[in-house]
Amino acid sequence: MQQSVSIAPQLISILETIPDPEIPVVSIMDMGMVRSAQWVADEVHIAITPTYSGCPATDMIQATVIETFETKQIQAKVTLVLAPPWTTDWITPRGRKALAEYGIAPPLSPMADKQALWEDKKIVPCPQCGATDTQLISAFGATACKALFQCQSCKEPFDYFKCLT
Amino acid sequence: MEKMNTENHIQYIYGIADNSLILGQRLSQLCGHGPTLETDIACTNIALDLLGQTRNYYQYAAQCMGESATEDTIAFLRTERQYRNVLLVEQPNTHFGYVMARQFLFDVYHLLVVTQLQESTDSMLAAIAQKSVKEVQYHQRFSAAWIKRLGDGTAQSHQKIQEAINDLWKFTDELFYQNEHDIAAIHAGVGVDVSTLKESYMTTVTEVLTEATLTIPAETWFRKGGKEGIHSEHMGYLLAEMQYMQRTYPDMKW
Repeated sequence: MQQSVSIAPQLISILETIPDPEIPVVSIMDMGMVRSAQWVADEVHIAITPTYSGCPATDMIQATVIETFETKQIQAKVTLVLAPPWTTDWITPRGRKALAEYGIAPPLSPMADKQALWEDKKIVPCPQCGATDTQLISAFGATACKALFQCQSCKEPFDYFKCLT
Repeated sequence: MEKMNTENHIQYIYGIADNSLILGQRLSQLCGHGPTLETDIACTNIALDLLGQTRNYYQYAAQCMGESATEDTIAFLRTERQYRNVLLVEQPNTHFGYVMARQFLFDVYHLLVVTQLQESTDSMLAAIAQKSVKEVQYHQRFSAAWIKRLGDGTAQSHQKIQEAINDLWKFTDELFYQNEHDIAAIHAGVGVDVSTLKESYMTTVTEVLTEATLTIPAETWFRKGGKEGIHSEHMGYLLAEMQYMQRTYPDMKW
């Protein structure tokens, strides 16, 4: 499912440089957090959706967006939009690839996610060696968006980005 | 439908948000004290979700109030009698059995409330609820799994979780109590009529406790008061700790 976003084309390249502070290899664009970005007179109005209600990165992202535009002499105004709620489906293919390369298993489909987290089915592939012989260690991980797994093949523990749909 | 006044609106928001704030504060007290690393992280993750939801509600309440109200003045500068949370969520972390029993008895209720709140005519409350539902489902999964593991575990874990359920049971009836603000909110189409949720609540709780080989307490004496601002003896200590920084250094910022 793709979100309907309205982002002025000339703003995309700037927004793509703003990282998620907790996962710096992906931008807020790749995370699907930017809902809209438009020029309103000589200001840029940006609507951002938080990933999780309690995500402490949200405040920092708002501040970083304003700072980034400031360095380009552009005044930016950021608002938070809660509805429709963010889902992991909005992470772009490039974002998913970057997560995997960073060592975080990207979210599976909603159905597979429930099987992995609730029924303990071995279907989350290890981002290090690719084996699917992996085990859920904890449904809650180092940040609100992640669960902790361990690969039974290469023995590496790793994070899995939980599905929210 | 009747239109509700601002005071009722704000008090209704407190009635929902204060539960999340106070339970979030209780769970935060476990940070670094969880029985294992995984449960420590899980409890603090749940606290984070609850505090995040609380911020969304308070920011909205502050906006409705106008003047100089902010999410922080609402969270930190009210007196005990002004908090509208139920007694259940302020009960102490006596032992891990109590932490999980309190969590489970609240999660089942919380999920029913936010599921219904998605239909609120207040689009902001509906949006916050829509976001919260996904998170609360995870919480209930987690706490229900622990109830089963402890109840159907060793003789000692069984005895301890049963003790916690028995002790906390007297606070469950208050979950379905509605004050005048709640009733005004229901009439305006903004609030959830929680009195209609009791049956679903009992069904889920009974199902999980039965699977956990636990007994449903026969308790018929129930305590209430939190929703009217009359709290248990534990609340003052909780607030003293939570409000310490803002009371000592007014307007302090990180």
